[in-house]
Amino acid sequence: MNTRGLRSQLKDSVPVTGMGQHVGAYGVQDTLRSGFSSVKNELLPSHALELSEKNFQLNQDKMNFSTLRNIQGLHAPLKLQMEYRAARQIQRLPFLQSSHLALDTLKGNDESISFEDILNDPAQSEMVGEPHIMVEYKLGLM
Amino acid sequence: LATHSLFLTMFLVFRNAVLETEVTKVGCRMPAARKTGTTIVGVVFKDGLVLGADTRATEGMIVADKNCSKIHYISPNIYCCGAGTAADTEMTTQIISSNLELHSLSTGRLPRVATANRMLKQMLFRYQGHIGAALVLGGMDCNGPHLYSIYPHGSTDKLPYVTMGSGSLAAMAVFEDRYKQDMEEEDAKRLVRDAIAAGIFNDLGSGSNIDLCVITKGRVDYLRPHDMANKKGVRTGSYKYKRGTTGVLTKTVTKLDLEVVEETIQTMDTS
Repeated sequence: MNTRGLRSQLKDSVPVTGMGQHVGAYGVQDTLRSGFSSVKNELLPSHALELSEKNFQLNQDKMNFSTLRNIQGLHAPLKLQMEYRAARQIQRLPFLQSSHLALDTLKGNDESISFEDILNDPAQSEMVGEPHIMVEYKLGLM
Repeated sequence: LATHSLFLTMFLVFRNAVLETEVTKVGCRMPAARKTGTTIVGVVFKDGLVLGADTRATEGMIVADKNCSKIHYISPNIYCCGAGTAADTEMTTQIISSNLELHSLSTGRLPRVATANRMLKQMLFRYQGHIGAALVLGGMDCNGPHLYSIYPHGSTDKLPYVTMGSGSLAAMAVFEDRYKQDMEEEDAKRLVRDAIAAGIFNDLGSGSNIDLCVITKGRVDYLRPHDMANKKGVRTGSYKYKRGTTGVLTKTVTKLDLEVVEETIQTMDTS
């Protein structure tokens, strides 16, 4: 899974997405959804691996797709990404637990266990999202 | 099997990192992680390999566990000794063991040691050494016996004899003196036992007993304990005073009158 393609692939996989807050109405940060903000938390990572881990899956996918494009041509990553998009839309309502079975099978996550599967079990989560607000947010009414 | 809660998982890690910096400003200390200052070794002999480990787990200057098990199961033909932070070695070996099991079910073959090695090194490199797990991985597969040493930052070495942990220098001294190619099983077991004993007696971080794991084709002998090098002493005398040693001057008996006020019976819910 951790295939390291040719060195030329590297430049495609260095996005430094900021740790910015959700922006709500009128361009002010959304305290309701992402809590109180602190400028230090937005500018500096609080752990050496924060950025690396946040973007890990993204970078892996970019590297794999670009290697695939160079080996098999443009059609291969295009078809795969089309299938990912279709599988990603198979979900239940936002506040319910979706299994993401199709997406996991496509990505090959059904044959591996990692920290996301062991830690932070959503069934043990102490917080419950407010269903009405979550659905309104998803439909863009909020 | 990955859920979309990766971000929430990472939140706790970042919270701990922030706490660590804030707590020292107030004057408190974060609890010390339990480490296994250790001696772990592995040696390849004629028909297989022998893994050895001591059994002491330390928490700073205190022995936290006098008889912990450092040889972890990865698959029926692959075992792994772990040094470094105890929780990291435990969880890492368990995750790799689960992934190897899924992988071998998918391929339909017995897993290879090189597969386990690559899975471990890719995971450890991903976390840039923050997972403090130094491992000695050994097993027997279709290509013969293989022995790897894996460092916390993700580098690996494939060698006929390896040592890791705080007692590694003492154990390596024994290996360098007496290792020969194509040893017999009994010689290899004696060599590993002596190497671990050197680590136990010359390093403060290692101690207690010696565990061995002999892996050959189709057979795994997990010898725990193979040798109790540090048995706790037996008290030779009794230090209790006999009845009548102290003379009794006076004796008064006061009876406490307790009357039964209320009696309730609560049946256990054994349904």
